[in-house]
Amino acid sequence: MMIENRGKDKVFNWVILILMGLYAFVTLLPLLHVLANSFSSADAVNRGAVGLWPVEFSLESYARVFREESILRGYMNTLIYTAVGTVLQLVLQFTAAYPLSRRDLKGRNFFSFYFVLTMFINGGLIPTYLVVKALGMLNTRWAMIIPGCVGIYNLIIIRTYITSSIPWELQEAAMIDGCSNVRLFWSIVLPLCKPILAVMTLYAIVGYWNAYFNSLMYMWNDDLYPLQRVLQNILIANDTGNIGGSIGSGEQALLSESLKYVTIVVSSAPILFLYPFFQRFFEKGLMVGGVKG
Amino acid sequence: MSHPQKTDLITSSLPQQAEGTVKRRPSGRRFRNLSLYLLLLPTVVYVFLLHYLPMGGLIIAFKDYNSFQGIFQSPWAGMGGFEHFYSFVTLPNFWAIVRNTLVLSVASIAFNTVLPIILALMINEIRVGWFKKTVQTISYAPYFISVVVVVGMLFSFSDLERGIFNNIIAAFGGTRSNLMESQNLFAFIYVASGLWQGLGWWAIIYVGTLSNVDQNLHEAAVIDGAGRLRRIWCINLPAILPMAIIMFILSIGNMLSVGFEKVYLMQTDSTLAVSEIISTYVYRVSLGSRLPEYSYAAAIGLFNSVINIILLVTANLISRRVSETSLW
Repeated sequence: MMIENRGKDKVFNWVILILMGLYAFVTLLPLLHVLANSFSSADAVNRGAVGLWPVEFSLESYARVFREESILRGYMNTLIYTAVGTVLQLVLQFTAAYPLSRRDLKGRNFFSFYFVLTMFINGGLIPTYLVVKALGMLNTRWAMIIPGCVGIYNLIIIRTYITSSIPWELQEAAMIDGCSNVRLFWSIVLPLCKPILAVMTLYAIVGYWNAYFNSLMYMWNDDLYPLQRVLQNILIANDTGNIGGSIGSGEQALLSESLKYVTIVVSSAPILFLYPFFQRFFEKGLMVGGVKG
Repeated sequence: MSHPQKTDLITSSLPQQAEGTVKRRPSGRRFRNLSLYLLLLPTVVYVFLLHYLPMGGLIIAFKDYNSFQGIFQSPWAGMGGFEHFYSFVTLPNFWAIVRNTLVLSVASIAFNTVLPIILALMINEIRVGWFKKTVQTISYAPYFISVVVVVGMLFSFSDLERGIFNNIIAAFGGTRSNLMESQNLFAFIYVASGLWQGLGWWAIIYVGTLSNVDQNLHEAAVIDGAGRLRRIWCINLPAILPMAIIMFILSIGNMLSVGFEKVYLMQTDSTLAVSEIISTYVYRVSLGSRLPEYSYAAAIGLFNSVINIILLVTANLISRRVSETSLW
């Protein structure tokens, strides 16, 4: 589209293509290595013979992982936490963001301040733990779902998206026609929020799928452990019970090395398949956040 | 391609002048907004319970909290309530912990601020559409992998006998070593794996800004004889600088809040001297301990937050002086 076909520019374009190709390849390398290992025989993995292509192709490790009870249970738990958590998070963020976007809402500035303040000041680990405990959530499924459910930064991004991309006259016109606030939110604003809704849905799913912190702080019942907590025991073999416990050594032999690679693939694949479908919305979502902090 | 978006933003912000019309509504309308407050209510309650109550709970930092007496009945700590702060600051390990925290955060901030900008400037120069999209898709992938998995990969890759890292070192004639147990490598592994995960993602916001740069500027510059590098330097870089400064200030404000999860998972006994940071220490003396010292841990957390806020305000102040970019 521009006059960029002179000789010098052609060289420049090629240099960029090569550099970026290299960057993309290097980024992919660790993932390819994991994938190759997961499809190799346990013996080849233990010899460290696998590079970027499977050695002695084998699906045995996959078969074993899918029989591993702790992994299956972790998977189920994480599916529950992700499903419930995502819905709850989206509801809480959008129902709060919409009123905040309304310029005719009295006390709008107060509520904005009320939310934003918590981005800069927080109680920290122990006071939050005590509150979670007082609310009776310790060692229950809610401990994985409720703490950290609402992202204030996300809430502000949604609010900014609504104010900057949905014309106020549209809402006013609907109100004059006798449209109620709830209906306005549900039938007019939400459908126009699709890009930001997509971004927030992805954030929520990824956040809950990869959540680990809450299980470490608020849970000690194996039956409730999310996938990531199970993975920690398998991949890093760090017994959190003893302080400064041995990490990475000794107990590793519990599951052979090849099983680790399979668990990595099995646990990360769903998200890695999911995000490209949301990709065109990322940019938009992140850009809106930058418009106003 | 960028123009329609820009004008959209401008026209959509225009109706602000129509504000006056809203106020001249029949009085019945005021009650209609009741439903808006009802929509807001659940989240307000949530934030009160899970964000504001813990702030109030910080009072235990000045007490000797025990679970039998509860938050209010527990006795006040010595030294006018500041005993726990004093014992943290005079801890023999205090400076080591602060230093470890600062090393990890300063190194992360330095690389995480500069490299995504460079990546974005380069991605923006890709003139082949499908290739650009492919590079971006690949660059996001590691961001979606959990911290647990990434650290698990690091341990597997660093395995003494079969890890790929050691295989590569051996292939180049180096000696195999336990990389995750090395004090010298801890910060490097932490920052490098963080970059692998986040580089592409952090570049998104800059790539987006660059696609909105007025193409007329570029055309004018081409006519004036400016080459590609010159245009990157004089047009594209200034376009993303304000955003970069904002990101930088925000990261300064979180300087002492190095992510707990990754460091905790990466810690080994032999790296503790360099890997113990404030947040892992807080966990170690409280929830990770058989004899949890809640008040002491809460005091350290509060100490950390206060310094974070001071850093944030200072960074913002300096930025406002120097570049007229400010968070508020």
